[in-house]
Amino acid sequence: MAAGNATAPPIVRVRDLTVGFGAKNVLEGVSLDVRPREILGVVGGSGSGKSVLMRTIIGLLPKRAGSVELFGHDVDRLDAAELRLVERRFGVLFQHGALFSSLTVMENIQFQMREVLDLSQRLLDEIAVAKLEMVGLSAADGRKWPAELSGGMTKRAAMARALALDPEFVFLDEPTSGLDPISAGEVDDMIATLQATLGLTVFMVTHDLESLRTVCDRIVVIADGGIVADGTMADMARHQHPWVKSYFRGRRGEAFVAPAGRK
Amino acid sequence: MAAADLAGSDTLLTFAVSRGRLLARARGDWTCQNARELEAGLARLAHASRQSPRVSIDMSGVTAFDTFGAWLVERLRRDIAAAGGKLAVAGISAVNRALLDEMAAVSHREPPAPPAGPRFALPDTVGALAALRGDAAAFLVMAGALVEASARAIRRPRSFRLTSTVHQFDRVAWQAVPIILMITFLIGAIIAQQGFFQFRRFGADLYVVNMIGFLIMREIGVLLVAIMVAGRTGSSYTAELGSMKMREEIDALKTMGFDPVEILILPRVLVIVLALPALTFIGSMAALFGAGLVAVFYAGMSPDLYISQLREAISLDHFKVGLIKAPFIGAVIGIIACAEGLKVRGSAASLGEHTTTSVVKSIFMIIVLDGLFALFFSGIGM
Repeated sequence: MAAGNATAPPIVRVRDLTVGFGAKNVLEGVSLDVRPREILGVVGGSGSGKSVLMRTIIGLLPKRAGSVELFGHDVDRLDAAELRLVERRFGVLFQHGALFSSLTVMENIQFQMREVLDLSQRLLDEIAVAKLEMVGLSAADGRKWPAELSGGMTKRAAMARALALDPEFVFLDEPTSGLDPISAGEVDDMIATLQATLGLTVFMVTHDLESLRTVCDRIVVIADGGIVADGTMADMARHQHPWVKSYFRGRRGEAFVAPAGRK
Repeated sequence: MAAADLAGSDTLLTFAVSRGRLLARARGDWTCQNARELEAGLARLAHASRQSPRVSIDMSGVTAFDTFGAWLVERLRRDIAAAGGKLAVAGISAVNRALLDEMAAVSHREPPAPPAGPRFALPDTVGALAALRGDAAAFLVMAGALVEASARAIRRPRSFRLTSTVHQFDRVAWQAVPIILMITFLIGAIIAQQGFFQFRRFGADLYVVNMIGFLIMREIGVLLVAIMVAGRTGSSYTAELGSMKMREEIDALKTMGFDPVEILILPRVLVIVLALPALTFIGSMAALFGAGLVAVFYAGMSPDLYISQLREAISLDHFKVGLIKAPFIGAVIGIIACAEGLKVRGSAASLGEHTTTSVVKSIFMIIVLDGLFALFFSGIGM
């Protein structure tokens, strides 16, 4: 696992970000850097704004104040064509997969390649199979329709689609939620392997303590509309914020932060 | 063979034969952006390797490497190995080597599924006829389930979803009034104008009113309204139930011990059964009004004459014929729409397909039913 490179310019640079709906601000003055080649885990209670932060960074939600820089470009200063080029450099795994239901899994993966690149059909098929196998699916699964996939397969297929153009950076929205612990572990391994082989930077919204412990280089905790903690798993164990305490040292968290203490 | 034939060069890949080995040198970005060029270059290299099967490729000049580049190298390795040769990859960084190994693990080279063969119209038609039987069965099953659910609702009136019914009635009947009024008014006026225009030549102006009254009360009123409702309400029923089916909401109801027919479908079908006669009445009146305006302003008939001629022409029977048909047609629209909604499977395309089918089938059945009623009413002399 490549640790985050602290000196290189950050892939994502968020400054004083404020996002809200109606009268309420969900996030207020959030600043965050995502460094190249790190796996950043973002945690927070339900409704704390984890997904809102992710969706704002990728440009699906409007922000009220602050700035977002992707790969060193301020997204507000880019015109539509430049923004599209930046958007092609990251992949997104949506929480429920968001596979196009009228295309087969294979066509889902090839969709962006077909639109953006000029490739032969043979290469398209071979690359799609390669991507499927990288995420642990087979060519036979590629011929299925999204409605025929199980929850774990949907996540994997969506992951393969997110990786279609070999992005440098992927956003994962709860990649392990709704999976059994074995599949969740496999997804964690897959993320770590892909990170190692493709040199990915990963921004991962998750609730899964096991993923945080095994794959994340750095953890950011969102609560009360801002970032309350930022550090490694060990830092989390020492943190005094009440939510962080109950999350990492509650009944479920204890086994993860202090594995030697109990067993 | 001249060595030049075995040499190739472009910015990404150069190769040449040296002392019995084919030496290739990779440079630049071996990424998806250059994949087309790389594929062509590597195909030339694979071709050259037939004469010189020992190939080595120096990757030290590669500035960027991704899955596309890695797969193409792996494909080259397999092509050369299949021809009995060997590919040695040198000067590759550890990270890129890991990616290349990942690609080596890709087992499948299975060709994609063959494209569907040509379709013949005849088997399609036979298939469609066979499907008709299934449709008829689905219709009867839904009708039976509705009878059962209404029997239960009559025995236990508290289980009936009154709020939902009122809400649906607002959507289906009340909100449809403006569009129904407008369409029927216009059609009434158009029929009257055509009637006066043609009949005037025979001096039969007065009988245009008889034709209008007959046509509107017996056929046009109910048919127009039914087709409007099938397009407006039937489609929305199918889409609603279909998306509930897709999101497993219907399964959720079932597991909680509720009957989806009773909760979702009975109120909807009941509403459409009640709404159709009401809308038919409103629509027929609007059509007669439109026709009356044409009679007065286009044909120069006095309003009193129009009304008295209308009164003479249409009896209560004609009025009844239109209204008696309406609830049956409404039930058919509702049942077809709901049955189609429940047939929706996972994909968005399936939802669209069934919504279309619902409207097409409803309109077809409206016409068929209207024909049967015409036979029936003439049989009993109405």
